[in-house]
Amino acid sequence: MFHRIYAIAKKEYRQLRRDVQMLFIVFFFPVVLLAIFGYAINFDVHHIKIAVYDKDKSDYTREYLNGLISSDYFDLVSYINNEDEIKTLLDEKIVQAVIVFPNDLSRKLNNKQVVKVQYLVDGVDGNTANVIVNYVNAATFNYSLKLTKEYLAVTGMKSYVPINLEPRFWFNPELESTRFLIPGLMGMILIISAVISISLSIAREKERGTIEQLNVSPISSAELIIGKTIPYIVISLINASIVLTAGYLLFGIAIKGSILLLLLGTFTFLFAALTQGVFISSIADSQQVAFQAANIISLLPSLILSGFIFPIESMPTVIQWITNLTPAKYYIVILRAILLRGIGISAFWEQLIYLLIFGLIFIALATLVDKRAKAA
Amino acid sequence: MNAIEVKDLTKKFGNFTAVNNISFNVKQGEIFGFLGANGAGKSTTIRMLIGILEPTSGDALVGGYSIMNQPDKVKTQIGYMSQKFSLYNDLTVEENIRFFAGVYGLTGKKYLERKKWVLKVANLEGKEKLLTGSLPGGIKQRLALGTAVIHEPKIVFLDEPTSGVDPVSRRNFWDLINDLSAAGTTILVTTHYLDEAEFCNDIILINAGRLIAQGNAKELKTNYIKNTILEIESDRVVDSMEILEKEDWVGETSIFGNYIHIILNDNSKGEQDIKDVLTNKHSIAVHRVDKIVPTLEDVFIHLLEKDNANVS
Repeated sequence: MFHRIYAIAKKEYRQLRRDVQMLFIVFFFPVVLLAIFGYAINFDVHHIKIAVYDKDKSDYTREYLNGLISSDYFDLVSYINNEDEIKTLLDEKIVQAVIVFPNDLSRKLNNKQVVKVQYLVDGVDGNTANVIVNYVNAATFNYSLKLTKEYLAVTGMKSYVPINLEPRFWFNPELESTRFLIPGLMGMILIISAVISISLSIAREKERGTIEQLNVSPISSAELIIGKTIPYIVISLINASIVLTAGYLLFGIAIKGSILLLLLGTFTFLFAALTQGVFISSIADSQQVAFQAANIISLLPSLILSGFIFPIESMPTVIQWITNLTPAKYYIVILRAILLRGIGISAFWEQLIYLLIFGLIFIALATLVDKRAKAA
Repeated sequence: MNAIEVKDLTKKFGNFTAVNNISFNVKQGEIFGFLGANGAGKSTTIRMLIGILEPTSGDALVGGYSIMNQPDKVKTQIGYMSQKFSLYNDLTVEENIRFFAGVYGLTGKKYLERKKWVLKVANLEGKEKLLTGSLPGGIKQRLALGTAVIHEPKIVFLDEPTSGVDPVSRRNFWDLINDLSAAGTTILVTTHYLDEAEFCNDIILINAGRLIAQGNAKELKTNYIKNTILEIESDRVVDSMEILEKEDWVGETSIFGNYIHIILNDNSKGEQDIKDVLTNKHSIAVHRVDKIVPTLEDVFIHLLEKDNANVS
């Protein structure tokens, strides 16, 4: 039994070594993904370009502005002097927001009246617009609080803030999205090197007719799959190490939890992912079909439905059910627990069991399809 | 002693019956020819016998094991090579040999000995490092056969092994098959080259999934055609054939190069009757009429036409 598995694994390794296209997919793709997701996709909003239409030009407006600009969230690009310029700046995307101070601002403040400051925000990118409004709200609240305190001090009253909120973010204190993305990225990369490569590898044998020769030999399906899987598991683990090392070097993300648990989680996930690949190869007769099927069944759901980028909690209920079909969802929970929170198996044993069940279901499905193919 | 015993083997795909109740025996050590047109059910039968397709009903013993109940045991007894080239083009000659040797558990001295043998029969000694994909067709085919029998199976199935191979390579390939047979290996080979069928000890012919004839080449030629076959050399071959076809006493006609073969319905007719029709009535010159021993091709065309007429 072992000599057959060994023969297959060795053969697969030799073929892979000569297959430049496959090597490219398996090794280069993850690096590109890492670069894209690590650097290009960044949900943090910094250096928002703003313009100011200051009709008041008072100490108040200067102080208010300083409060905004002293953080690195906002960059003041220009002062403008009439309404028309607002339109030009926003239309041509020179700035993302314009602040308009009314000309009666200092007069009203001095008379203790309420002042309305206008913010014009480019709402095309809803995500960024939301962040801008939140930052501005906070900055405005702070300045208002300061003015209130000054006023109360003048009247001799002691200032009193009933509830003072002090948020502290654990595990990812700076709320960096790379921290949040790296675990998902590992899942994606393993999906690519596990599901896609194993399904292509079996489909290729079918396409070229070489599977026939294996079918008439004493090799069992299990031996064939295990033998074929071994080189890809090695590759997947190498890839996972590359991603983790790069994550540490480039983004400073160290593994907080146990490496042993990380390996356990990764192996369990690979088991589930590989069975999915085997299932795909049982329904696909050509590499092209296998690639498409792997994309639709495995890669796209992992990207969209796994919680990698889009939070599952904010999806419609029906879609939330569907997310259970992607093993990456569970792996990402495991990874975030180990990488970011450094907690033990108690936090994710359910996910491990789910992945095992998932793998067993796909093995059963693949066996069923295989049986029917033999009888047909 | 029979290497293969097939009993009432049937395979249905939905409503279509690909193999219909076939029974035959293959003796130990013989070369057994399995003939039939494309789509007659040859490959389906072979795929059942090698244990990769489940029969709908019936059974067969291959090397003493049932294909229904012990397909895994069957696989230890056989070698198989199909019309589709089954080696890995992206591996070298040696890597292919090593892979199949590994699959069958050949190691050490045994492996070296068998590798040497495969390289010799494929005429690839000293070329172990070549990529298999770069080899010419005939050599590839022999390498494929060599690796298919690397584990020295008792029974070898060859499914149209020589399709698409040039005549010289085909002859070399058959020399190899004869060597294997001489060494005691049982060989079941499908082909539609009838000259190859002459090399076989026993032959069966199937049509539309049914077995319609069996025996050795000599038996087939004498048992299945009782009527006399005449070979005619005349002017205007096609016209002559069409004219003769209209006569009651003429059965099937076919053209072989410049000659016409006709099978007589009435064995008392002969050269004089043909000249009467062609020369006297249609003034076509007849140069020669000979009574001939039928070729396998005559027999098969006769049998297939008879069978197809019965079906329709």
